[in-house]
Amino acid sequence: MTSNKKDPVLVVLQLSGGNDYMNTVIPYTDPLYRDNRPAVGIADEDIIRINSELGFHPSMRVMQELFDQGNLAVIHGVGYPDSPRSHFRSMDIWHTCEPDKLGTEGWLGLATREIDPRKENVVTTVSMGPSMFRAVSVAGVPVAAVDSLDSYGLLTGISNEDQRLKILDRFTQMYTPAIGSGQVMEYLGETGLEAMKGADILKVAPGMYSSTVEYADTPIARKLKDIARIHLADLGTRIFYCDYGSFDSHANQPGMHASLWSDVSAAVGDFFSDLKEHHAADNVIMLLFSEFGRRVRDNGSGTDHGAAGAAFVIGDPVQGGFYGEYPSRKAEDLQQGDLVPNLDFRGFYATVLEDWLGLDAKPIVKGEFEKPKFL
Amino acid sequence: MANEDLALMAHLMRRAGFGATRDELEERAAQGYAATVEELLSPETVTGADRYEFLRYHPSFWKPITSPGMGASAWLHSMLNTERALEEKMVLFWHQVFATGGSKLDHWHEMVSQVDLFRERGMGNYRDLLVELAKNPAMIYWLDNCDNHADAINENWGRELLELFSMGVGNYTEDDVRECSRAFTGWTIAASIPRNAHGRYDWEFEYQEEDHDDGEKTFLGHTGNFNGEDIINIVCQQPATARFIARHLYNFFVAEEPPVPAWSVTPPNDPAAIDLLAQTFIDSNYEITPTLRVLFMSDFFKNARFAKIKSPAEVLVGSLRLVGGYQFPAPGIGNLSKEAGYMGQELLNPPSVEGWHTGPEWINSGTLMKRINFSADLVGNIAKPGIRSIINRLQTQGDLTPEELVDNCLDLLGPLEVQADNRQQLVNHAQETGILTWANPQEAAHRVGEMLQLIVSLREYQYA
Repeated sequence: MTSNKKDPVLVVLQLSGGNDYMNTVIPYTDPLYRDNRPAVGIADEDIIRINSELGFHPSMRVMQELFDQGNLAVIHGVGYPDSPRSHFRSMDIWHTCEPDKLGTEGWLGLATREIDPRKENVVTTVSMGPSMFRAVSVAGVPVAAVDSLDSYGLLTGISNEDQRLKILDRFTQMYTPAIGSGQVMEYLGETGLEAMKGADILKVAPGMYSSTVEYADTPIARKLKDIARIHLADLGTRIFYCDYGSFDSHANQPGMHASLWSDVSAAVGDFFSDLKEHHAADNVIMLLFSEFGRRVRDNGSGTDHGAAGAAFVIGDPVQGGFYGEYPSRKAEDLQQGDLVPNLDFRGFYATVLEDWLGLDAKPIVKGEFEKPKFL
Repeated sequence: MANEDLALMAHLMRRAGFGATRDELEERAAQGYAATVEELLSPETVTGADRYEFLRYHPSFWKPITSPGMGASAWLHSMLNTERALEEKMVLFWHQVFATGGSKLDHWHEMVSQVDLFRERGMGNYRDLLVELAKNPAMIYWLDNCDNHADAINENWGRELLELFSMGVGNYTEDDVRECSRAFTGWTIAASIPRNAHGRYDWEFEYQEEDHDDGEKTFLGHTGNFNGEDIINIVCQQPATARFIARHLYNFFVAEEPPVPAWSVTPPNDPAAIDLLAQTFIDSNYEITPTLRVLFMSDFFKNARFAKIKSPAEVLVGSLRLVGGYQFPAPGIGNLSKEAGYMGQELLNPPSVEGWHTGPEWINSGTLMKRINFSADLVGNIAKPGIRSIINRLQTQGDLTPEELVDNCLDLLGPLEVQADNRQQLVNHAQETGILTWANPQEAAHRVGEMLQLIVSLREYQYA
């Protein structure tokens, strides 16, 4: 932990679709890597060597720089027992920390409630994108869902500002939830009021921002730039959530995986440069995960759904390096052809919740799990 | 009672179509509920949309090089113009169930063709539809069955066929997924020729016998040298399949169910309704139309008024049909079709094969804002024929008190049911400018437009 007085901020970047662990963090000295990856294996000379056993995908040059600066932690073998290998079920499990039954409460929604129990700030958590992630959604917890920061606002089509304000005033009264109007009506009411309040708060951010960093024109760069602008406006946002993908590389994996990681690396690099330029990086960590890794043996053009994956944590406060053990690639150690997770993702969440956000992780991740100490 | 008939007809048309104007509702109410259901179930008796009209004005979108940045404009043109309301609604239904994403295909024409398949087959036999789906090039590419080989199984299609398109999770084993995938080896698309100056070549279904795994397979307890169609036949013998589709129909047409991934662990909200629909489906040998007939004639359907949150596609098409004037495929139709995406439902490009999470999950502070802004901008435009027609109907009633203005506007936009508190807020707002007179018609029209804007901003307007 750092000793600064600024509140800790968490940015989550979800790699949706199942990122291929073995081609992201490559066990390049293991002959089993070559044996199992005849079609999608990365050529030896292209691999970015990190140590005598492991290397990064060639598109991850920026990640290597962050690693060399000691600001990137790689967490091996994350997952949970009996992976269903379904994107949706698996993502639900990551979002709700409920592998055995269907969870409805997102882990960061619960964290938001702990951080701001009296709902004093409707932008404590900001979800970037057209739809809200289950990870941040808990009934009754306000979260701002921002698709594009620049066009965020209510009834912006009414050009006469006096008339608009009058209508917005009515709107506020009509959205105030009436007792007994039903769960969905109440949810709509709260959401409408939060939308209005959130828009009022967030609309100041673009005007306050200036930077020498030029982000690329990719969806992930646009999202991280919006996050940077909100963070730099100092509106009290503590949790940001965004995603990129799809990493679902069943076919034509090499080009697809390379372009996804070059987009992610560039955007992440620009994001941290931007924060550093504004001396606003020291209280931010970024967490990257995917719902599962992919099958050890390729299918001739891509890789099918697997189990264990790698997670990454980036930021000045992070103690860089490798954490945990890379799961064995030996045939006899695989389950249904997949790497077996050896670190429960809920332990990895617990590190973030307890050692970064300063919350009690047990009720959020539902139990106690081994915590990798990257903070 | 007449108003009750109208309200029920409005309910039917919101669900089985994309809503209807007051003139149409009055005509249909005179015709009767059962007769209207029969017309909806017999799309061939009325006129569909003319794709060639769209292409005449957008010729470059006939087999374009790749996604032309026009979103779902051809489909939107159909949704705005067809008289075959239910046929078009079923296209949306199947698109939400068999969710296929254009971003991976990068082949616009094949996405449009898949949607056209749903229009052609979506009200026919479900087994036949599954067979056509298994041979649909967009689906084959989307779920990588073109990479499913006799000597290298790719499980993507095989798994989703069972998990998301027929039975649902919990009704098969990992072995069944593998065996099912083996049976679909060799079901591929003819090699696509690289694009040239004239665009991409069509994809075609191709069965490559030499790449088919002809060995014995054991699938859901049956053993044999199964091919893909055998698998679909076995799938269609499973009670789980009928229940799964029944639940989808209920969730889409009647009332909210929990999200699909929860179905294996959460019972239906109305088990008797699901039983009835599933049994009808089985008894009719998996014909969609008889099942829809039972659904629309049931009390559970008629009583489910405003029990669902509108999907973004329903907001988009319903609002455009309400205000009118959008039938012509004007240059803005591409951007217009993308509005559903801004509300959380990018047509022809669902986030994943799971499709969209529906019901209250459509709503968050961002998408709610988009819905409100979109609808309010439209109904505030008093030049549009649908709004003009509402104003004309109001004007025939002469001067209106604030209460009369509010109640008439609520009636003409639905009829909508709103909470007493909210009606009072609308009345209070109308009172600020007093009685509505038509001395200055333009000013009166603006007041009506403002009232309509306020009404479509209501929570109640988000319900179908």
